Amino acid sequence: MTRGSIHLNTDIKERVSSFLVGDRKRKKIGDKVFHGLVLGTAAYTLFILVIVVFSVGVGSAKIFSHEGFIGFVTGTNWNAVEGRESYGALPYIIGTLMSSGIALLIGVPMSLGIAFFLAEMASSRLSSPLSFVIELLAAVPSIIYGLWALFVFRFLIKDWIETPLYNTLGPYIPFFNQAPFGLDVFSAGIVLAIMIIPIISSISRDVMKAVPDTQREAAYSLGATRWETSRMAVFPYGKSGLLGASILGLGRAVGETMLVTLIIGNAIGPSAIPTTLFSQSQTLSSLIANEFNEASSDLQLSALIGLGAVLLILTMIINIGARLMVSKMVKVSPGGRE
Amino acid sequence: MGKKDKLSGEKSRNASSDYRQIFHEVSLKHASRRRITDKIISILAIVCVIGAIIPLGSILLEVIKNGAAVISIQFLTQPPGSIGSDTGGIGPAIQGTLITVGLASLIGAPIGILSGIYLSEFAPTGSGKGVKERAIIFFANTIRLFNDVLTGLPSIVIGIVGYVTIVLAINSFSVFAGAFALSIIMIPIISRVTEETLKLVPNSLREAGYSLGISKSKITLFIVLKYAKDGVLTGVILAIARIAGETAPLIMTILGTSLFFTGLTGPVDALPLKIWRLASQPYESAHAFGWGAALVLILIILILSASIRIIAQGKGIRVRTGTI
Repeated sequence: MTRGSIHLNTDIKERVSSFLVGDRKRKKIGDKVFHGLVLGTAAYTLFILVIVVFSVGVGSAKIFSHEGFIGFVTGTNWNAVEGRESYGALPYIIGTLMSSGIALLIGVPMSLGIAFFLAEMASSRLSSPLSFVIELLAAVPSIIYGLWALFVFRFLIKDWIETPLYNTLGPYIPFFNQAPFGLDVFSAGIVLAIMIIPIISSISRDVMKAVPDTQREAAYSLGATRWETSRMAVFPYGKSGLLGASILGLGRAVGETMLVTLIIGNAIGPSAIPTTLFSQSQTLSSLIANEFNEASSDLQLSALIGLGAVLLILTMIINIGARLMVSKMVKVSPGGRE
Repeated sequence: MGKKDKLSGEKSRNASSDYRQIFHEVSLKHASRRRITDKIISILAIVCVIGAIIPLGSILLEVIKNGAAVISIQFLTQPPGSIGSDTGGIGPAIQGTLITVGLASLIGAPIGILSGIYLSEFAPTGSGKGVKERAIIFFANTIRLFNDVLTGLPSIVIGIVGYVTIVLAINSFSVFAGAFALSIIMIPIISRVTEETLKLVPNSLREAGYSLGISKSKITLFIVLKYAKDGVLTGVILAIARIAGETAPLIMTILGTSLFFTGLTGPVDALPLKIWRLASQPYESAHAFGWGAALVLILIILILSASIRIIAQGKGIRVRTGTI
């Protein structure tokens, strides 16, 4: 190293240190400005939520004054003809709850099975790439699930599951007694299940991994098998976390729009209330997506935003409940160390 | 497993309590049945894993098979031809997605990162002492809760927000409304990841900075943020991957069009929106184009997801693609 370069180095060092340390007064002001800036952006989150509530409230004010909140929530008509306009959200609330319910009934047991496999059975060499594949499933946009459901899955489910169910159970149980078409509540529920499985299973896996090994060792030392260990020591310990993961999945299913729009059959009015497993139906979000650009009157637009308001209330309750339960066990977050 | 059962049997002989003895005898008696149950459950768990992977395989296979058939230079760059014909392409949709997502990132990334910095560096955790400290903790916890609530909001509701606040205000469907709506989805994700990553930065680094007399703002920006830049970057990419596939908020904000970008206050098209419109048309050629658009979209998202993986690799960053 030559003399010159040392000289240069100290020069740079001095400049850097004078930039970093600076003089006291400027330092104080700089800190205050920075503090104000980050505080302001953090407060922006609060502002957004206020905006969300405000805009949904303003947008739906018209329909709630026209039908009344109770009237809107319990009404079944959806009539956009001028002069006879009447809007009710009940069929879509039922459609939403039913499709999400089917999704949970199928998705939760499967997710727990996957989490059990990843956390308790598989070696880390197998578990880590497998977790990646399952999380990849979560990264696929819902519109692509919808496209696949509409052009591929619909025919598979009709031929292999719905028609046999209809043929065997249909004559005896009214719940199965409708000729299946492939576009109905049942197929929507199943595709929703496929969509929420990665979410529930990856959080459940983390919850189960967070259970201390001493819990397992205690059960093993009593002679329990692997399944008994999970059933008696792991599941009860992580119960709130597992429940929270499932409710988080429910929140996703309730709010999901695009894939439901493509596969639920898009019924309107009283006929959208599913009376059988294979009925065409409609959810809150799918009706909004379907009619928003074609709304013919301000009242209809307001009714659609009113559906959004009902959906907002529904998902807020679900999500806050889930987060409170999960945060007892582990933090649900994309960052953080394993 | 068999070894363990035998062990417990031996122990039971020395057990003093009758109850324990009975318990172990019963468990020995049912040992084979219990082992079979264990096997059955294990097999069921494997079936669940396979059951989850089959749809992924099928989706990827169908998208690649059907999408590759229509992809060409013309398909990627041209505006769509007349409805029902198989001419033209999805150029405006690709361009629109890039513009809308880019603009949303310009709004969402700085806000998300700065709010994450606030939560990690300026808001103490735990129970505070004074009134002021308690107030700050309460404020920070409220922001964390609101971030969680925002993450869980259905995207269609966020679309309504974009519609009421911007589309109605400027009386036109616009790129800006779409970007604003998408930024609402991004901010809580980025803020959360930033907070979590910054919290992992060792405190000794900050202390070293303080000991040299460096101001807090510079320590945060040039030491803490620099140390955690990979983690923050994965958060930003994660959020971009998430919004690139969003469809519902775009229906009521950017509307969709068959023309190229005309200006920030005019409507544009986007890939997910295009897929939806194409899938809803009754023409075979439209469906084929839909698969093509799906292939382009899934490639974009897979590349983003893979890059997260590459950045995070070996750095102890745990990333959950898509499950926030």
